[in-house]
Amino acid sequence: MNARRFAQQIALAAAPALLAGCVDSQSVLNPQSGEAHDLARLFWIFTTVCSLVWVLVVAALLTLLLRRRRPDSTPETDNLEQQSRKTAVVAGLVALTAVILVLFTLGSFYTTRGLIAPGPHPLLIKVTGAQWWWQVEYEDSDPTQVFSTANEIHIPVGRPVTFDLEATDVIHSFWAPNLMGKQDLIPGHRNSLTLTADKPGEYRGQCAEFCGLQHSHMAFLVVAQTPAEFWAWRQAQLKPAAPPASGQQALGQHLFVEGSCATCHTISGAGAGGKTGPDLTHFGSRSTIAAGLMANTPSNLAAWIKDPQELKPGVNMPQVPLSDHDRGAIVAYLEALK
Amino acid sequence: MSSAFAKIGLFAVALVLVGCEREKRDFNAGPPSSAATAEHFERDAYDISQGERLYGWMNCVGCHSHGGGGIGPALSDDNWIYGGTLQQIHDTIRDGRPNGMPAWGARLTDDEIWQIAAYVRSMGRYVAKDVAPSRQDAMQTSKAESRRPRLSPRWGAP
Repeated sequence: MNARRFAQQIALAAAPALLAGCVDSQSVLNPQSGEAHDLARLFWIFTTVCSLVWVLVVAALLTLLLRRRRPDSTPETDNLEQQSRKTAVVAGLVALTAVILVLFTLGSFYTTRGLIAPGPHPLLIKVTGAQWWWQVEYEDSDPTQVFSTANEIHIPVGRPVTFDLEATDVIHSFWAPNLMGKQDLIPGHRNSLTLTADKPGEYRGQCAEFCGLQHSHMAFLVVAQTPAEFWAWRQAQLKPAAPPASGQQALGQHLFVEGSCATCHTISGAGAGGKTGPDLTHFGSRSTIAAGLMANTPSNLAAWIKDPQELKPGVNMPQVPLSDHDRGAIVAYLEALK
Repeated sequence: MSSAFAKIGLFAVALVLVGCEREKRDFNAGPPSSAATAEHFERDAYDISQGERLYGWMNCVGCHSHGGGGIGPALSDDNWIYGGTLQQIHDTIRDGRPNGMPAWGARLTDDEIWQIAAYVRSMGRYVAKDVAPSRQDAMQTSKAESRRPRLSPRWGAP
């Protein structure tokens, strides 16, 4: 009775830990693109076949261990017929193992080969990894259609999207488990990754290559939208920043552009053109701050500007001395940049 | 015999203890008030490497190159027009100088200016060797030495 209660407690304690791996928006087991479906199918085939083989082997082993052995049965006393039967069983099992492994190899080869086959007319998005955020640039042959954002990637459903992956400082890795496997971002080398999202949704991604102090706080969001929604989003992103709508916002813009914020951040249309930090032209439309560290709310933003090193130690954003009044104005201005 | 063991043991302990002091990274030091308190910037490898990063980001390279100078004066020699102490270099970056050096006081935080000043000091090796950057972080355009074609030795060199 005691042992049973103990087992129950163990199970209760283990359940949350196991379920924690089942977050739908960041899971390889919840595939949401053609490529992720192929990978998940491979995963389930491997897992099922290997589990089946393991169960059969263990069952056979237990049966033989538990079966009472005939006292006179040794290899020497086996007759010719028994010996050849044993040889045939062993040879058959070896052949079966070889066949399974060859099928696994072929399945793995053809699935992964299918992943790198280029699709027709993909949407090109350049993703640059930096310590510790993601720069996202939508490429186009028409320069008026090019724009830049950060940490949040919108893609249309049903159209192949090719990510061109680069890095500015160290090696990072782009991983949105619901959509595709990992791909490294390497300084001085361009990698690419193509995927086609199945249906609208928000999927979380994460840097999957240790890249320094804040590696764990280098997340991004992929927002898959219907083509019409994506088009509307894209048109909104192409516009310059909204002009300040109040006196407080105008003060915020002035402080941002004339002060040290504009040294690193761009707000197109406002006169801020720094390129070493994330583009903030449509900052208010994004759902997180500091590469997925916190939700984008005015109070979180104020805390972030007040002391970035407290929230994300080692980050390149400095602590800029500002009065509460001035900081409030900058927050009001940034949050209005929808 | 036992004294030899004792010596080896002492040496081993000393070797292990060397690893105990790890450079501290103070992410939030707050602005220093004078050159006396700012000196730690040129004794800290992290601050100097951040200075190097900012030197590239703020495009100091555009005029001063990687210390050799160009449009602006060289920084790796011992010729300082406005003084070569940490405080003087800091003031030059903060307030700007005639004939082209822009003022960064409103564009960078004071800590960042101290970091760049410390990096500038490291160019001419005015800082301790163990904190100065030993190699460029930037991408190299030439191949690594180990990957260059083998050169045959030249005999009879002067």
